[in-house]
Amino acid sequence: MDKIESAAESRKLLNKITFDLTRSIVKKDELTRFWFFILIMFAGVGLWGWTIQFSTGLGVTGMRDYVSWGMYIANFVFFVAVSLIGFLISSALHLLKINWAKPVSRVAEQVAIAAVALAGVIIIMDMGRPDRFLNIFLHGRFASPIIWDVTVITTYLVISLLLFYIPLIPDLALMRDRMGKELPKWQIKLYTVLALGWKGKAEQYKIIYHTLRILMLLIIPVGLSIHTVTSWLFAATLRPGWDTSILGPYFVAGAFVAGTAAVIVVMYIYRLRYNLKDYFQDLHFNYMGKLLVFVCLVYLYFNINEYLVPGYKMKLADGIHLTELFKGNHSGMFWIVQLTGLLLPIVLLLFPYFRKPLPIAIISLIVMISAWFKRYLIVIPTLEHPFLPVQNVPVNFQNYSPTSTEIMITIFSFVAAFLIISVLAKLFPVIAIWEYAEDQGIDKKYLTENLKN
Amino acid sequence: MERNTRRNFMKKLGASMGVAGVLGSSGLFSSCAKVETNTSGKITLLTSDGELVEVEKALLKPADIPSLPENQKRGRLGLSGRSWVMVIDLSKCRNARECMKACQNHHQLRPEQHHINVLQMQDAEHTAPYYMPKPCQQCDNPPCTKVCPVNATFKRDDGIVLIDNERCIGCRFCIAACPYSARVFNWFEPRDAEKYEGVTYNIEANVPQKKGTISKCLFSADRLRDSKLPSCVSACPNGVYWFGDRNEDAVTNGTTKETVSFSELIEKNAAYTLMEELGTKPRVYYLPPKDRAFPFQGQNNTHHS
Repeated sequence: MDKIESAAESRKLLNKITFDLTRSIVKKDELTRFWFFILIMFAGVGLWGWTIQFSTGLGVTGMRDYVSWGMYIANFVFFVAVSLIGFLISSALHLLKINWAKPVSRVAEQVAIAAVALAGVIIIMDMGRPDRFLNIFLHGRFASPIIWDVTVITTYLVISLLLFYIPLIPDLALMRDRMGKELPKWQIKLYTVLALGWKGKAEQYKIIYHTLRILMLLIIPVGLSIHTVTSWLFAATLRPGWDTSILGPYFVAGAFVAGTAAVIVVMYIYRLRYNLKDYFQDLHFNYMGKLLVFVCLVYLYFNINEYLVPGYKMKLADGIHLTELFKGNHSGMFWIVQLTGLLLPIVLLLFPYFRKPLPIAIISLIVMISAWFKRYLIVIPTLEHPFLPVQNVPVNFQNYSPTSTEIMITIFSFVAAFLIISVLAKLFPVIAIWEYAEDQGIDKKYLTENLKN
Repeated sequence: MERNTRRNFMKKLGASMGVAGVLGSSGLFSSCAKVETNTSGKITLLTSDGELVEVEKALLKPADIPSLPENQKRGRLGLSGRSWVMVIDLSKCRNARECMKACQNHHQLRPEQHHINVLQMQDAEHTAPYYMPKPCQQCDNPPCTKVCPVNATFKRDDGIVLIDNERCIGCRFCIAACPYSARVFNWFEPRDAEKYEGVTYNIEANVPQKKGTISKCLFSADRLRDSKLPSCVSACPNGVYWFGDRNEDAVTNGTTKETVSFSELIEKNAAYTLMEELGTKPRVYYLPPKDRAFPFQGQNNTHHS
């Protein structure tokens, strides 16, 4: 973008950008209150379900000795998958100097933070003895992939928080100094503390750029690790359907699909709700649509490998697993998921019409739901068919079906994730104001002149 | 009040176990309950076999029940110099399920929880079906202990894979990792939980069981410490089980009490291990179900995958 020379024009544009991007923070209406009320209520119901589970035992779920991992673990994998988008958009695309992705990166980080934080909560909710959680640190055995997962997920959460927070500092200072009249005192105080005395000096910007670059590089191995290690929780076992060396990249590819779709949905909601048509433009949806097609194609490639190769050989155990998926109990879900989660976006998004905001948001929502069920199909069918016969146990040991308590707790995780995203959107601008202004050709000095020095 | 009585009962039980130790008898007094004390300095005790016996009061001494940390410590070390193995003769199994019952009583298991499970097997479409008792294989390359994040399940020097349910966090990764479906989980309060309240945890029997933790076959490690055969082995009426020490190259039949050479037994009868292609190196050997002593009476509803 060309530099805007006139000072008056710069100031005017900056004011407009600031006004538009802080609207979500200033706006107080019934709908927002209602939204938070609904979220908190559902979260409360979910937590209540968890206390029931804690006092009665994990037996309140549909899990039993054979299918000993169920919906919670499928949900955990889904959340880890979605969180990976933070790495793709705010690091990989940034480092490749793909400029259109810049305004999307804060949305991507919001989604990443909410998803990875909830992934951690879900795993605690799946434990038989959550009260012994600290044993992981007291008696941790580094040979267990669970310890690797705990390590990389916490690291990823920390880096994601930093990637969200550091580019936020100039904006925090801006709000600290400009919005005293519109916002309650505690909020301004919060901004003051978080802004760390930002003055908008050139050296300060330099520190930000430098730190961000390091973080973007750091998050690449960590991001790849979180989902690869999560896949190893399965691949490290001897079970048909899991016992495959392709599982790491297969999971990573699937994660990009789920995450891209999630970001598109959130982008669409912000665009609509906060009136950000000029910021999340048709162009962004167009590019995100192309990105979704690309990651879907990669995922399709891995799917073909994952099913065609063992399906060609039909070794006894693999054969039973695949038959179950292709034409057995789970075949309905399997084919719908492959169709709506993979083929549909690839085909439809090739047409420019479907890359317009509304159609692509609907497609992305369908892709996300399919992605969730895909995780379900990765976890459950394998456990329903162990090597040795399932005998001398009640019928509900043989086939898994989730109970209402289990569903309640799973809904909690979604509600809690929405809650985190909503709080972040309510407290901080959803696009970096300073970065956006700079891209519009506004000189940094206009950002600085508003600050109280 | 009620709980107090139970505590007292357990104390008496402990005291009587001491008697058993003193008398050095072979399991007759393994767990006796005191019935009455008479004036002549003798005490009447009820053995687990339901017999009344009289014992000199002077011979009574408190049982040697170690504290929890001590129990956990010695439970992790195992019996030094031993290398336990089990041989299961499939030609002898008639699905009596006495092993399963004895095991569930010993380890406080619910009816649907199996440390040992007698399965109806059929290897291929036209091959003969047979019964296969399946305990934990006590693998020498155990996939389950590898994945445990907190070292709650571990392999001892004498070959047994144990679980410390005072440490287990209930992640169930070991269940996913075990290809033999040998592990069970306490989805609810364990069976008869109130009876076991206040009893010190014995890692070598995994009793009392704990809600939210894993349990598994451990070759009745507590009985091995008392020089007794595992519960399932002793309970079998059909001579299916041989149990012993590979270092001594001797295994004893639980039914006939006959002791033979382990290496000879497995060599002569073409013993095999279960799914050896997985590289888990089981310690449980199977003798093939040829010339079966009993006809197969189950349905061929085997579900082999």
